[in-house]
Amino acid sequence: MKTLLFAWRFVWSRPASAALNVLLLSLGLASIGFLLLVGHQLNKAFDRDLAGIDLVVGAKGSPMQLILSGIFHMDVPPGNVKLSAVQALAKNPLVEQVIPLSLGDNLGGFRIVGTSHAYVQHYGVTLASGRLWDAPMQAVMGASVAKKLGLQVGTTFSGTHGLGAGGHDHGETRYTVVGVLAPSGSVLDRLILTDTASVWKIHDAHNAPYDHDDHDDHEVHGDGGTPVHASDAVRPADTREITMALLRYKTPLAAMSLPRFVNTTTDMQAAAPALEVSRLLHMLGLGTDVLRAFAGVLLLTAALSVFIALWSAVRERKGDLALLRMLGAPPTKVAALLLCEAVWLALIAAVAGLALAQLFTFLLAWGLQLDNSLLIAGTTWPVELWALPAMAIVVSIGAALLPAWGAYRVSVLELLQTR
Amino acid sequence: MIQSTGLQYRYPLGPQLQFPDVDVAQGAVLLLHGPSGCGKSTWLALAAGLIRPEFGTLTVADQPLQELRPAAVDAWRARTIGFLPQKLHLSASLTVSQNLAMAQWAAGQKQDLSRIREALMALDVAALADRKPGQLSGGQAQRVALARAVLLQPRVILADEPTASLDDETAAAAVQLLVQTAKRQHATLVIATHDARVAHCIPGGPSGEAGFGVLRLSRLAAPVGAA
Repeated sequence: MKTLLFAWRFVWSRPASAALNVLLLSLGLASIGFLLLVGHQLNKAFDRDLAGIDLVVGAKGSPMQLILSGIFHMDVPPGNVKLSAVQALAKNPLVEQVIPLSLGDNLGGFRIVGTSHAYVQHYGVTLASGRLWDAPMQAVMGASVAKKLGLQVGTTFSGTHGLGAGGHDHGETRYTVVGVLAPSGSVLDRLILTDTASVWKIHDAHNAPYDHDDHDDHEVHGDGGTPVHASDAVRPADTREITMALLRYKTPLAAMSLPRFVNTTTDMQAAAPALEVSRLLHMLGLGTDVLRAFAGVLLLTAALSVFIALWSAVRERKGDLALLRMLGAPPTKVAALLLCEAVWLALIAAVAGLALAQLFTFLLAWGLQLDNSLLIAGTTWPVELWALPAMAIVVSIGAALLPAWGAYRVSVLELLQTR
Repeated sequence: MIQSTGLQYRYPLGPQLQFPDVDVAQGAVLLLHGPSGCGKSTWLALAAGLIRPEFGTLTVADQPLQELRPAAVDAWRARTIGFLPQKLHLSASLTVSQNLAMAQWAAGQKQDLSRIREALMALDVAALADRKPGQLSGGQAQRVALARAVLLQPRVILADEPTASLDDETAAAAVQLLVQTAKRQHATLVIATHDARVAHCIPGGPSGEAGFGVLRLSRLAAPVGAA
């Protein structure tokens, strides 16, 4: 205990050197912690949103795009598919459950998703207030949406065309909020859910042949690369469209045949989320490996700096350390004093490094507007993060071993003989 | 009390050092006199149990050092020996009282602030307790170092060149302070010095009952290789 106290005083007897070492160490640790945090949060977000979805079926195009738009709601969907084709697929004996998704409108940048109650049940999200929809034009808000837009049960709003803010306003057909979901950390937090039929209703009314003015407005359609209206005209029920469907297999064996069946015999494409996400992580992995190596070099530099600082401290204080031996301190005590100095540096650097890592993550989430979706800054403490203080201690004790050995062997005779 | 018989030490690459026998009563003063490089440091190191003699016996404060286990030497030294180094080696980053607390820590004792105050008061430096060594004059610093040496009430005080680089007046005061302090503690005092003035500063004169013993070492009789 006393040893720690004296070590603390000796660390700060050279404040500039101590501060520099703490800075170097904490920067190295912060880089590693940042990578850990981002990796952990991405993995968690992927796992959470992917859970139980075996296959996504949508229009032909990039499978990655289908997954990103259908599961994480981060990209625009490739297009629409016929409802009848999806309904046919739902009857396939290999399919356990189909959740339809219809995209196309947003409110303040939050997507309005036409779907079924099964979507809410799939993520096991409960209602914070109100109820789920039981008719078209009733909407249920995700927790983050409700909080950010300040919408409560009973208020009404109209959607905006497109998936980003600033499209054409569907002012004439208004939604009524009937429920707000409890926060779940899943993708539903940032969605507005409604009945699939609402989307049809808006766009059917919108495109009715007798409604000429509105029809002209409809040229906005292709804006921003979002060709995603659920329907382009008043149609009979069998030509109705949805954007995509999330599938759950009845048996794992379906993974062998169902994707190929969809891709070869229908106009739709099937993408397996697990496959696409591992492809995505692999691509990201190349980047993180480089960053990790960089962080490692930074940490090594810090270790070297700690070593040099302690080594010169031993040389400077050789006489003082020898005197401690003369005063009756066993060599282990003198070595322990030096190791404790290293531990202090490590502890301060670990705290600073953790704070910096959280700050970096927060800034990234904030800068990329991924807050509350993929990255949740400042609120997660994955188990892996404990590696940071451990790493700090290992690195600085490793750097202190040789100086400590020097302190252990310090010759008291030399103290007596220096004139 | 310090007794030695046939004491010899050999440095790994140096010649054999032979020391004359001594017999100093408890509470007496021993002047370890000789030019630099004659083996004074080696004798101090032997008396402090830092090195072991090649031949001969050495008993310090009733403890035959050759019978002490190596692991027990540090604890014995903490209890028995007070040391005043030539360069005082007060830690610049600690206050005066923290420097003394460090001595208690080194000896493996509990911090005892009242004992620290007592030791500082005995040497008239209690007022400086919260100063850093850099803010002390040379004489004050030496008093603080002496307070540290006697903090644990040792039975033997070893002082290494206490008068080096001091003018005559200050040197006399320093030696008298050492002798008084040792007397008050009833500790055996060993002063290692090459300074001829020291002998004149100790009251009582050489070899008298109230005076001091002299262990005269010379470079010719006991050449030192390494030191």
